[in-house]
Amino acid sequence: MEVEAEAEGLSGRMKVVKAGLLTTLQDLGRDGFRSSGISSGGAMDRYALRIANLLVGNEEGEAGLEITLVGPELEIDTDLLIAACGAYMEPTVDGEELPMWRPVFVPRGAVLRFGRAVSGCRVYLAAAGGFGVPRELGSRSTDVRAALGGLAGRRLAAGDALSCGAGQGSAAPSRWAAAWLAALSRLGEAAATAPQGAGRRLPWAAAPWFAPPAAYGGGDGEDGIVLRAMPGSEYGQFSVAAREALFRERYIIAPASDRMGCRLIGTPLTRLSRAELLSHGVTPGAVQVPPGGGPIILAADCQTTGGYPKIAHVATVDMPLLAQAKPGDAIRFQPVTLAEAQRLDRQREQDIRMLAAAIRSRQP
Amino acid sequence: MTVQLTPLGDRAVVVQLEQAAGADGWRQMADFAWALRQQAEGWIVDVVPAYETVTVLYDPSVLWQEIGKGSETQDLVPYELAERKLRGFIARGILDSDREIQSRQIDIPTYYGGRYGPDLLESAARSDLTADQFIEEHAKADYTVAMIGFMPGFPYLSGLPQQLEQPRKSVPRAVVPAGSVGIAGKQTGIYPLATPGGWQLIGYTPIVLFDKERSEPVLLRAGDRIRFIPM
Repeated sequence: MEVEAEAEGLSGRMKVVKAGLLTTLQDLGRDGFRSSGISSGGAMDRYALRIANLLVGNEEGEAGLEITLVGPELEIDTDLLIAACGAYMEPTVDGEELPMWRPVFVPRGAVLRFGRAVSGCRVYLAAAGGFGVPRELGSRSTDVRAALGGLAGRRLAAGDALSCGAGQGSAAPSRWAAAWLAALSRLGEAAATAPQGAGRRLPWAAAPWFAPPAAYGGGDGEDGIVLRAMPGSEYGQFSVAAREALFRERYIIAPASDRMGCRLIGTPLTRLSRAELLSHGVTPGAVQVPPGGGPIILAADCQTTGGYPKIAHVATVDMPLLAQAKPGDAIRFQPVTLAEAQRLDRQREQDIRMLAAAIRSRQP
Repeated sequence: MTVQLTPLGDRAVVVQLEQAAGADGWRQMADFAWALRQQAEGWIVDVVPAYETVTVLYDPSVLWQEIGKGSETQDLVPYELAERKLRGFIARGILDSDREIQSRQIDIPTYYGGRYGPDLLESAARSDLTADQFIEEHAKADYTVAMIGFMPGFPYLSGLPQQLEQPRKSVPRAVVPAGSVGIAGKQTGIYPLATPGGWQLIGYTPIVLFDKERSEPVLLRAGDRIRFIPM
């Protein structure tokens, strides 16, 4: 009971001192509105967000911060259990390195800083209890173009304050999170009051275990990030040279890439047919080729409909790898069948369910 | 009826139905999308009707569960089960339902030309019309919302008189103001939000097409009938 009472009280504000390049609240997106032209949106790297949430005892679809390339500086005015998963952006708490992929207790007044992306492109910050912004059309995901979700439908700016912690998100505070928060905060206090010379005093206390980021294993080949992709519906309309180049050449992520799509620089892909397609529904992962021949991989905020021919489609299981590819990174496509992609997707979901169970079974 | 299903990645399928000659494809697509939603099946995540296709997004984990339960489905992958179910719906005649699209008539008061329609004069010249004639022709026609796409609430309207067809701008505008009425090819449409865009802009309407605070945030639906009223 004591634990629960503590959990109830532990919510507060996260003050944005510096916003970083592009920091937005994202969950797993909004479904059911595509026929009204409203994109799904949501986290680009859904794997990292889901794991971050599980590590702080949240439902895996709770909203967290998506931090892109250059990170923010955040001041937290309450004791909080957090987890950071995804890109390595030299995260620190009061100047001391923050361990990733595990639950971490940070005390009231702590300043959390993310630097530049050293590896990867996006890191996700989850807070036990979530973030207190209203759901719009079923989701807290920020859709900047439609000014929907998140904090007033926009990216975070210096001076913003987000309420976070118990009772702020969708679900009641998790008992598991409260237990870890209490245990780690005692650990933190013990460290803070330890005599000088008894070792470095850390401003945080982390669980002694972590969730291995399995989704990215095997993604890096010799010639860049390998994305498994199925032939798209217009694959057969491309020249033999284009079809071969697609699965052989390296492509570089262009600077103009964003949450709507990753533009690729490399061998142009020539389509033999000139027939215009009528607009039809499209989804993230589709590799579209506009008349110029430069492919674009559609991403989380992609439009609901499009009319460019699709030469390929990235397997869902490898979309986290795409989300972590930053401008200048090399990628390569590797062919996969639809059946294989669906089995890989199922395996990933099973792995996440097992990881979730393993996390829940860890008691302090 | 010939039905063609094409995978769109590993979590969606594009359904294309062979059209009767001269039929409005989008009307049948809007009907089919509506009928699919009525099925309210857990594996259907979203349904996107377009001119001649309906894209169905599915949840493979729901389908995997069903695959695991049945002995005759055990060799399938989710796409194959989704395909089987969709063909089943069509065979059972969900397309033959006598549902008439709730065809609402919506008037769009429009300021044509001037700063509201910077491309009106050029467009009229391309169509061998005076600006006033162009406005009259555009406002006289009856339009139907063929589909919503591109951005929240953007209606693609069919019914543009052939004489008024326009090429897209060779260089898209960096910002098209919300409410702009434009033409591209055989289509006319209205921009619900400010955005970059390449359509020829002939007018402006104060009608708000997308407002997240409304219970129905998007004003128009596929099948709605539209008239432009010059102001």
